[in-house]
Amino acid sequence: MSYLNLSGIQKRFPNGFVAVHGFDLSMEKGEFVSFLGPSGCGKTTTLRMIAGFERPTTGSVVLDGTDITDRPPNRRNVGMVFQAYALFPNMTVADNIGFGLRVRKRDKASIAKRTAELLELIGLPGTGDRYPWQLSGGQQQRVALARALAFEPQVLLLDEPLSALDAKIRVSLRAEIRAIQRALGITTVYVTHDQEEALSLSDRIVVMSEGRIEQIGTPFEIYNFPKTPFVARFVGTLNVLNARVVDATAGRLDVGGQEMLATGAVDTAAGSTVSLALRPEILTLGDGEPGHVRLRGTVDEVTFLGAVVRVRIKLPGDAGVASVDTFNNPHLAVPARESAITFSFPAEACLILDGAGRDAVTAAATAI
Amino acid sequence: MTGSINRPPQMLEALTHHPPGRPRRPGPRGLQRKTLASWLFLLLGIAYFALPLVGTLIFSLRAKPMLSAWTDMINDPQVWSTLGYSFAIGVVTITVSIVLLVPTAFWVRLRLPRLRPVVEFVTLLPFVVPPIVLVFGLITTFSQPPLPLTGTNFGSDVLLVCAYVILSLPYMYRAVDAGLRTIDIQTLTEACQSLGAGWATILWRVILPNLRVSILSGAFLTLAIVVGEFTIANFLARPMFATYLQQISGNLAYQPAAVALMSFGITWGAMGVIALVGRGNQGRIEIGGAH
Repeated sequence: MSYLNLSGIQKRFPNGFVAVHGFDLSMEKGEFVSFLGPSGCGKTTTLRMIAGFERPTTGSVVLDGTDITDRPPNRRNVGMVFQAYALFPNMTVADNIGFGLRVRKRDKASIAKRTAELLELIGLPGTGDRYPWQLSGGQQQRVALARALAFEPQVLLLDEPLSALDAKIRVSLRAEIRAIQRALGITTVYVTHDQEEALSLSDRIVVMSEGRIEQIGTPFEIYNFPKTPFVARFVGTLNVLNARVVDATAGRLDVGGQEMLATGAVDTAAGSTVSLALRPEILTLGDGEPGHVRLRGTVDEVTFLGAVVRVRIKLPGDAGVASVDTFNNPHLAVPARESAITFSFPAEACLILDGAGRDAVTAAATAI
Repeated sequence: MTGSINRPPQMLEALTHHPPGRPRRPGPRGLQRKTLASWLFLLLGIAYFALPLVGTLIFSLRAKPMLSAWTDMINDPQVWSTLGYSFAIGVVTITVSIVLLVPTAFWVRLRLPRLRPVVEFVTLLPFVVPPIVLVFGLITTFSQPPLPLTGTNFGSDVLLVCAYVILSLPYMYRAVDAGLRTIDIQTLTEACQSLGAGWATILWRVILPNLRVSILSGAFLTLAIVVGEFTIANFLARPMFATYLQQISGNLAYQPAAVALMSFGITWGAMGVIALVGRGNQGRIEIGGAH
């Protein structure tokens, strides 16, 4: 039986806006799950329903076999880390960390011991007497994490905890968060709109859009086998090309006047348009290896980015534009604008997305 | 600067011409003039506030012997009893105001933000309703059953405190509200809740301490109002400091001046305490009402 179970969760606000639709998720003990999606997709609202700050309109939240849907937040034993740290400015670091334990009326000696342990764990020993404003943003967020962990909650919730920090600290702190989570084995829900964060931290990712779950899967599955066009577009960078279905059963497609063959049948009528999704890292300039799909276009723009040269290639007709990143090589000439160019990609790496529907068709394509 | 004969005329012009739209930096003379003007206005301001006090002090020292107004004041037990009574009423008023207004302002900000304009309007009513109207309303209502409060001293004290809570409402509410604006109460409250705290703990251990300076600011304004208020105290026949001051003003010449100066001193002392407490917070928490 799963440790944290959210079933049929819906949240309708008094103004009629439905923030979350039919959300179902089962988490195992010790699992690290990220809610990933753009602003307004309902990820924070779902997190807040687990924390108890919002009540679901329908559905239930069950934690370790106990229904906590109607429990107030202070009686859930769920720790939370906020984007804005939310440290108590009137208290020292040690008092902040020990707050949850004092509320639970633990004795002073055990509070001091636990506080010292956590300060050690977050790499800030000796800062117990300082006030939050005497610490940097990264240090404050570490303290907030220690405070949320101090009373040994059953679930740890993190609401975009790294958003307010600069890029360098974000990367180092997210590794620390993951290491601490692994060391303590605490079940964790992490909300972020940063795909890199979600991909690097999570055991599983829940990709959300407009209040619905688009896909639940491991980072590998989410990145490599997106189930919906939204996931394909949202996670990672993606080249999306328009193709016309020539023969749905045979999987023949037309990309700007160039035919290519999908390995399987395409679940769309002939004559309709589908989207081809291509990760930029699989594209190479030139003919590539035998069996690769080759497409021709004209160079629209060349951007020199130092180690990388980005070439934007416009395909004929309304097929779209593909961006190809190649490593800078001083011995090779940079392609000139408006010149004809060929790029290629391994056939199996091309995803065929349904034109407008929510369900994606994933199929490999081969050159004709 | 312009004396260099080798520079072409354009360059000289560029060096001496001030580009349009850019503020010209004052030269040493301009700077001196500005500094003088600043000092002049500062001195005028100080004179405006200090001269009446200096005049009062000089007047209080005209008594024969010179310090008799001050020694008489110190030796007059009524000064201290009325002052003590006023302070006691002030402290009770402040306590009631805090108990009433901190949770109200907190709740309005946290859960009922739509009601904020209504609450703000209500808190401003004491500016519209004069104390004389307020006290007549109180006397008319509470001098007869079912609540004949004016019949006893304690009842009158209760009425007095209630009236002062209303009078100080705009100051106290605004001070608390301004303090709440400086902290993210929504997130702090949620952080407390996630750590297991109930409402009482949240208010007592997190919200109140973070409003310390704002509450102090409102409290001293309330104290100043209570100590200086005359109309309500007079009509309720309570032995307040202001009524005592009015009484001795009719009989004595110099002592009221000394008493008035002393009340100024107490107010300044109170303001000094605010400044000290504010400094203790490293300037992070601004004094409520100053926004």
